[in-house]
Amino acid sequence: MKQSWNAALWAGFMLVLVGTLSYQYFFIRFPVTRDFPWANLLILAIAFALIAVGLRRAFGRPQAYRGKIFGPILAVLGVCAAGFFLFVVFYFVKQVPASAGAPKAGAAAPEFTIPDSLGRPVTLSTLLATPFQSNDWPQARTSEYKSNGLVLIFYRGYW
Amino acid sequence: MAAVSVDSPEESEHLRKIEGYSFLFLCDDKDELIRHWDLVHPKAGEGGKDIARPAKFILDSAGTVRWVNLTDDILVRARPEEVLQAIDTLHLAEPTVRQ
Repeated sequence: MKQSWNAALWAGFMLVLVGTLSYQYFFIRFPVTRDFPWANLLILAIAFALIAVGLRRAFGRPQAYRGKIFGPILAVLGVCAAGFFLFVVFYFVKQVPASAGAPKAGAAAPEFTIPDSLGRPVTLSTLLATPFQSNDWPQARTSEYKSNGLVLIFYRGYW
Repeated sequence: MAAVSVDSPEESEHLRKIEGYSFLFLCDDKDELIRHWDLVHPKAGEGGKDIARPAKFILDSAGTVRWVNLTDDILVRARPEEVLQAIDTLHLAEPTVRQ
């Protein structure tokens, strides 16, 4: 009887790769699947179910299914990949400093002077006083509009 | 609105152009602002560089901080709708007295 290559094992393993890599390349774009990676957890659950089926076949019916050696190898690799993914998404990204000294609601924001993306120094006072758009702030029209305030967004940078 | 990171002006301008953003980018490439405002995430950047931890502030025109979002998870940020709603709720046209 011809031994099958045990599709369930291979499909399960491929799905582990899909389940881990698809987060950063796809699911991260949508808040609903980014804030909590339920889509990836679902894919990983199906992946490991397939691997379990494949292992049962390999060891339970070795005459019909291959996989007594590559099965456990794929399973271990899958567990490592999934484990790394879970570590990053549930632990590593939460290691953010407490920043207890950051300006709090009700306090005066500390003044600063730093360059804009064209290298021109900008002060907080200027930003607060002048309604501006994009990089034309020094020429910001003396307009009838008053600035109502400022939204300041700190981000990690672009690599 | 202004976006701040520790990227150099060249890097920020590059990002601004390729993404087509029109808002102002500020470049804290000497880490001065993030140290002063206690927003440093040590060694979290490429090559172990200190970078800004994600943070959003709404200031009124008097410079008083009216709203702060300091996420404790890099993947979960305050959504634009949240910020806009906060702005509406704060009635920013009337600045509060500085403390």
